[in-house]
Amino acid sequence: MRYLQVLPLTLTLVLFLVVPIALIGVVSFWDYNEFELLPDFVWTNYEELFTSSVTYTIYLATLKFALLTWIFTFLIGFTVAYFLAFHVPDLKWQIVLFLLCTIPFWTSNVIRMIAWIPVLGRHGLVNEGLLAAGLIDEPLEWLLFSDFSVVLAFVHLYTLFMVVPIFNSMMRIDPSVIEAAYDAGAGTWRTVRHVILPLCKPGIAIGTIFVVTLVMGDFVTVQMMSGGQSASVGVAMNNKRALLQYPAAAADAVILLAVVLMMVAALMRIVDVRKEL
Amino acid sequence: MRRGARRRVEFRALALFFALFVVFMYGPIIAIVILSFQGVDGGLTFPMNGVSLHWFGKLFEPQMVGDFEGSFARSFTLACVVMGLTVVFSLAAGLAFRKPFRGATVVFYLTVASLIVPSILITLGIGLMFDRAGFEPHWYSSGLGAHLTWTLPFGLLIMFAVFNRFDPSYEEAARDLGARPWQVFRYVVLPIIGPSLVGVGLFGFTLSFDEFARTLLAAGVHNTLPLEIFGMTTTATTPVLYALGTVTTGVSFLVIMLCLSFISLMQRRRLKHGTDAGEGMV
Repeated sequence: MRYLQVLPLTLTLVLFLVVPIALIGVVSFWDYNEFELLPDFVWTNYEELFTSSVTYTIYLATLKFALLTWIFTFLIGFTVAYFLAFHVPDLKWQIVLFLLCTIPFWTSNVIRMIAWIPVLGRHGLVNEGLLAAGLIDEPLEWLLFSDFSVVLAFVHLYTLFMVVPIFNSMMRIDPSVIEAAYDAGAGTWRTVRHVILPLCKPGIAIGTIFVVTLVMGDFVTVQMMSGGQSASVGVAMNNKRALLQYPAAAADAVILLAVVLMMVAALMRIVDVRKEL
Repeated sequence: MRRGARRRVEFRALALFFALFVVFMYGPIIAIVILSFQGVDGGLTFPMNGVSLHWFGKLFEPQMVGDFEGSFARSFTLACVVMGLTVVFSLAAGLAFRKPFRGATVVFYLTVASLIVPSILITLGIGLMFDRAGFEPHWYSSGLGAHLTWTLPFGLLIMFAVFNRFDPSYEEAARDLGARPWQVFRYVVLPIIGPSLVGVGLFGFTLSFDEFARTLLAAGVHNTLPLEIFGMTTTATTPVLYALGTVTTGVSFLVIMLCLSFISLMQRRRLKHGTDAGEGMV
C-alpha cells in the first residue's frame, strides 16, 4: 500500500529527473560534429572544459554572483524575518505581513525582471529622479544591463527563500530563552548575535541552499538582466546548447551539478531538512 | 524602562526597513501595471503619455505579440493539470511517509534533489531524452514532466510539514467509533488537512503557470506563456510587453487570492465547528 502511494511521485521523478540526468552523464562522453551527436566514449569534452581558461573565469564570475546575492539576501532576509518574528506582536498581522512577503514568489520571475526596465532604464525612474534632483548630469548607464542589475534582480527574486526558512526557525525559538538573555544583561545586538543567530542556523542553511543553487544554475536572469553582457556557467552552457554542441553542454552540466551538490552536501551537515518542516 | 524605549526605537527602524522591503518587492511590478495603461503614443518609461487600453487591445492582434491567446490557453491548461497531479501525488506520497518504509530515504533525497538540481540540467536532460527516444517534445508531455519536477518537491515538503503536526489520536478515535479506513480518511483526515491541500494546489498552479527555466527546451514547438513573454523581451519595444505582464500577474494574483480566501474560509468553518484540529498549520 505504501509503495502504491509513493509510486506516482517516484515514477515521475525517475522519468523526468533521474533518466534525463543520467542521459546527460552519458552524452557528456559522446563526440559530435556540426550535424549530429556521435555515441562514443571520449574525454575530450571534459578536457576542453578543464584546459580552457574561460571555464575558470566563468565559474569565478558565477561564484561572485552567488556570494553577492547570498550576502544581500541573508542580511535583508534575516532583518525582515526578525521584524516579523519578534516585533509584530499580533499573530493575525504576522500572517498578513508574512503573506505580503511570499506573494511575489507565486508570480512570474520573467515579469519581475522586466519590471526593472522602467525603473532602472536610461530614462527610468531612478535616473530621472537623480537628474531632477541635480545629483547627476547624465543618466547612469550601469543601472540596467550590468552586473549590478543582475545581482539586484537575484536579490529581488530570491530574498523570499531566505525570509521564509529563517522566519520558521525564529518562530520556534522559546521566548524564555530570549527573555533570559535580556535578564542576564545582554542588549539587543548581543542577544541577536549570541542567541538568535545560532538558533536560526538551520533556517539560514536552508535559505542558503535555495539561493546558492538557484544562482549557480541560473541562465535566464544573467542573460536578461545583463543584456547578454555578463557570463555565467548557465549562460555558457546554454550557448553551447544553442550551437547544438550537446556533449560539450552536457559535460558543463555534469561539472556544474557536481559543484552544486558539493555545496549542498556541505550545507546539509548543518541542518536536517526533514526535522525542520 | 530603558529597554521599553529602546524597543520602540528598534521597532520603528525595523518597520521602516520592512516597508522599504515591501516597496522593493512590489514597486517595479506596480510601475509596469501603471505603464501598461500608457497612451497610444506612450513609451516604455514614465511619464505617462495619456491613458488608454490600447496596449491590452494589441495583445489580441496576432501579429503584434506572437501567440498570446494560444500560449495563455496552453499555460492555463497545463497549470490546472500540474495543480491536480501535484495535489494527488503529494498527498499520496505524504500519506506513505507517515510510517517508515524501505526506500523512504531514497525517495526523500530524490525529491530534495529535484528541487536543488539546476533547472538548466532538467530542461537540457528532458530535451535530450525526448530527442534520443525519437519523441516530439510538447508542452503537455515533456513540459508537464519538467513542471512536475519543480512542483512535486514543494508539494511533498508541505505534506511533511502537515503530517509532522498531525495528531493521530483523531484517527484512532474515528477507528474506535467503527470508521472504516476510507471513512477515516474521508471524514477525519481530509477535512483537517484540507486547507494545506489548497496550499499545495496554489503552489502547483502558480509555479507551473510562471515556470520558465525548466520549460525552455521541453516545451516543443508551441510555447507556454512565460516562454512567449521571454521571446518578446528582445523584440517588443512598446508597452504591449507591460500589458502582457499585467494580465499574467493579474491571473496569478487572482488565483492566489482565491486560494487564500478559500483556505481562510475552510479554517473559519472549522473553528465554528468547535475543534482545534490541525492547529498551527499554514
